[in-house]
Parts: sequence; C-alpha cells; structure tokens
Amino acid sequence: MSVLVYTESDQGKFKKIALEATSYAKGVADMLGTTLTAISINGGDATELGTHGASKVLQVSDSKLEQFNAKAYADAIAQAAQNENAKVVIISSSANAKFLAPLLAVQLNASYAPNVVALPEGTSPFVVKSNAFTNKAFAKTELKSDTKLIGLSKNAYGLKENPTTAATEAFSPSLNEADFSVKVDSVDKVTGKATIADAEVVVSGGRGLKGPENWHLIEDLAEVLGAATACSKPVSDMGWRPHSEHVGQTGKPVATNLYIAVGISGAIQHLAGINSSKVKVVINNDPEAPFFKAADYGIVGDAFEVVPKLIEKLKEFKANNA
Amino acid sequence: MKILVCISHVPDTTSKINFTNNDTQFDTNGVQFVINPNDEFGLTRAMWFKEKQGATVHVVNVGGPETEPTLRKALAIGADEAIRVNSNPTDGFFVAKQLAAVMQEGNYDLVIAGRESIDYNGGMVPGMLASITGANFVNTCISLEVDGNNAKAIREIDGGKETLSTTLPLVIGGQKGLVEESDLRIPNMRGIMQARQKPLKVVEAASAENATQVTTYEKPAPKGAVKMVDAENVEELVNLLHNEAKVI
Repeated sequence: MSVLVYTESDQGKFKKIALEATSYAKGVADMLGTTLTAISINGGDATELGTHGASKVLQVSDSKLEQFNAKAYADAIAQAAQNENAKVVIISSSANAKFLAPLLAVQLNASYAPNVVALPEGTSPFVVKSNAFTNKAFAKTELKSDTKLIGLSKNAYGLKENPTTAATEAFSPSLNEADFSVKVDSVDKVTGKATIADAEVVVSGGRGLKGPENWHLIEDLAEVLGAATACSKPVSDMGWRPHSEHVGQTGKPVATNLYIAVGISGAIQHLAGINSSKVKVVINNDPEAPFFKAADYGIVGDAFEVVPKLIEKLKEFKANNA
Repeated sequence: MKILVCISHVPDTTSKINFTNNDTQFDTNGVQFVINPNDEFGLTRAMWFKEKQGATVHVVNVGGPETEPTLRKALAIGADEAIRVNSNPTDGFFVAKQLAAVMQEGNYDLVIAGRESIDYNGGMVPGMLASITGANFVNTCISLEVDGNNAKAIREIDGGKETLSTTLPLVIGGQKGLVEESDLRIPNMRGIMQARQKPLKVVEAASAENATQVTTYEKPAPKGAVKMVDAENVEELVNLLHNEAKVI
C-alpha cells in the first residue's frame, strides 16, 4: 500500500500545484506510515518530485496523451492506483484535475473530497477539512470508502521539501478507444502571461474604474507585480472584461498570496470568491465600502491617483531589491 | 432530443451562512433558496434547444418536498416536466447514482448540470453521473451546440479555452457562458400559471450508500482589523507588503 499523487506538468515542467500536491501527499503518507508514489504523464524531471517527498515516480510517455483528455488521464491514474495498491490518491484543484476527479472516483469506487485545505484530522476515521459554501465556511467530512480521493485546494498547504531519491519506473497504462470519445479540436491558451489559476498575485478592477478604456491602470499594476488581472461581476456583465476574469461566487475563486482590489465595493459574493487569498489590499474612494472590513490593508482614495503612484513606488522598490 | 437539466436547490448568493445542531447542519432559517446559478445558465441553454431544435426539457432534483418551489420555478421558465427524487442529498456519489437511475429510465440524450453547486461546491455529480452511465462528459462548459448525434463544446481551462467534439449521450458541467447573464429569464405570469399544470413527478430513491459524511461545519476565524494607509503615502503600503505581509 502507498499513497499516489497525480503530478501535472505544463510544457515538460512540473507545475507549482503539482509540487504542492506532492508535499501534501508526503504528509498524508507519513500519517499512514507508508511511502509516496507519483504518477507523471509526459511530465518533467522526476528529481523535483523526489525533493518534495516522492520515493517512486511512475512515468507515462504516450503520444496519445500529449493533450489533456479527462477520461484517458483518469483511466491511467486509476490503473496506477491499482498497480500500487494505493488507497489514498491526491490531486490538485486545477480545472483539469477537477474535470477528471469524478471519473476517477467512480473508477476507483472512492470517496472524493474536493477543496481540501489541510492534512487529514485523522486517518481512522479518515476525516478531511475542506472549503464549503464558496469559502464562507469549512466542512469536516469523513471519507467512508476503502479508497479515498483528495483534491487539494491551491495554496492551502504550500511547498515542503522532503528530499528523497525518487526511483523512476516507466508505466504504460492500457487505454482503449472509448477513453478518447471526447476529442480536443483546438486549444486557445494565453501564453507568457500570468493566469488567475497560477498567479501568486492577482490585481482586480471594479466599476470604480469607470470604463474598459481605463483598464491600463489594472494591467500596468499587474505587470509590475507579475500578476494576473481579474474583475468584479458587474464589470464582466457589462462586457468591459471577459467572463474568464470574473472573480466571485459564480465566477472564479482566487486563492493567491496577494489580492489587490481597485474600485470594487466588496459584495458578499465577491468576498466569498477571494476569501482563500492570504493578503488583501483594497483601494477605493468610498471609506464605507464593505470591502475594507474584509481587507488586510486599505487605501481610501481615487484609483486614478493612487494606482499610478503605487506603480511608481513598486518600480522603485523593484529597482532597489533587484 | 431529450434533455435532462439537473437543478440544485441552493441558498441565494447573498445568504449569511450559519449552522445549527452543534454545527452539523446548515441553518436554513431566513434563507432564500434559488436555482443554483450554474444550473440556471444550463436551463436557459436548454430552453434554446427546445425553441430552436424542438428538444424536450425535463428538470430533476434530488431533495425533499421543500425543493418543489425551485422545480416549479424551472417549469415556469419553460421546462416541460419535473422529477423530484425524494431523498436528502448529503453525498455527491449518492446523488449521482440517483440521477443515473433517472437518466437511464428516461433515455435522455443530453444532461445539463452545473459545474458545481454554490453550497457544497463538490463539482463531482456531473462527472460521476457520466462515468456511471457511460455517457461522454465535458466540464466547465461555456458553449454547447448539438447537431444530430454530434456535439461541439467549448470548455474553460486554466488560462484559456478548449474546443471539443463528442457524441451523445453527453453530460455537461455548465457555467456562465452557456448563455449570458442577460439571457436569463424571469418567469412571467403566464409561465407561472402554466407551471402549476405541468407534471412534477416524485420518485423514490434508488438504494445507494453515502461515500462521504459531513461530521461538522466551521466558520472561518474572524478577521483582524484592516490597516489603513494614507493615499498620500503609498510607499508605506509597499513597505508593509514587503516587511510585514512578506508577499512582495
């Protein structure tokens, strides 16, 4: 018996969420007194997984799996779990992981807990704590099936090094035609720009910016911080910005280290979406804006004056700390 | 084409979340329940299939009698028939098994569910349903076209989107983008009157076990006070983010 972690990569390099999932999975393996195996599909250098605690890496190299395919990937991970006799499987909370998770849970007949924020409270009974009610609460859930599938919330556990030498092993899952019954025709992905899913910092704009023509303020601030850009619901509803940037209860959740909100008043639905972010900065000209109550740092002022000054000071800071 | 739209009965997005019974149950006191927003986008897309392609649209919910007003609302928006599986939905796997029984019984070609419900955020029921029934599955679906037995879908991925092609039977986990916010329909008086006459079938739950069990709920720890920085002194904010918060 071992714990299995699915480690995602992008262009041959492991993603940060993959290393975080590995760090977490090592913690679970330690609690269970067992070892950690990782499965990597057309992935990166296995040494990195060893650094974070994996003692064995199953490497799948298959040209059919070059593009993500939920059913085929779930099938491959399920076979790896059976191969390793893994009773606990750990995945991330990426869009792809959440896509394949329910398929994997059915295949393994596993109890599945998504959005988990900490190591299990105990392993017998096996209880995990997760976000619920869109970050307005936590739920502690007992996973009752023999096999457990855990989806780790982004940025909830962090990276922990646990240097191990990872033994690599080629693994060839047997895939059938039905695994590819949903075909990818084309992928339209932003490259070279931070995305809400991966960024450490997110800069978000609301109606206070008065119009899409002023978005250079948000973009410039994001650029100096290496941040992704986001927006409030009204902004995406009015078509100032694409839906994919809408942050909140019906949009995207944001779990970054730093979230900067400019001209967003802080409706309850928006606050729910960003609750898991660690440090929140609010810039708003209305001192009564509800967002200030949910923030760590606040500036009452006109965004059109404060943001350019902040950009300038950040540039100075960067120059001095380069 | 026969379409089944899965409807979760969830607290309105403005609801304050509280718990009762030693923090083991969600406190429904004073809470307004609505159609789960992700499901409402799907239901509206289903109406488009009904009006443009002659599809039949049924809605389904797994829940107690208290969810019937939510199902009636879906009928008032335009669904032809509603089904309520009479059971308390406390586990995603259990709910997926109930829906699988309904899907197989009714021979549906397309099941439109929401990406996740805004209460438990499991995001697992649509995929589990597809996996149990052997249907194809597309999650975080933001566009869907059906032509005969073929479907074209766009799904949101981290940092972009992907265009997919597949065949029916198909289950999707949908979200905003399937239709726009401005396309959502508020039931009119005629719709509400008609909804009263439409069938709302209650079926008993198929036997299945819960794979998970919530033991307790907890609210986030109260937040510390906000530290205000003068608008004339933004350098101070840069210092705080670097030295105190250590995020830059």
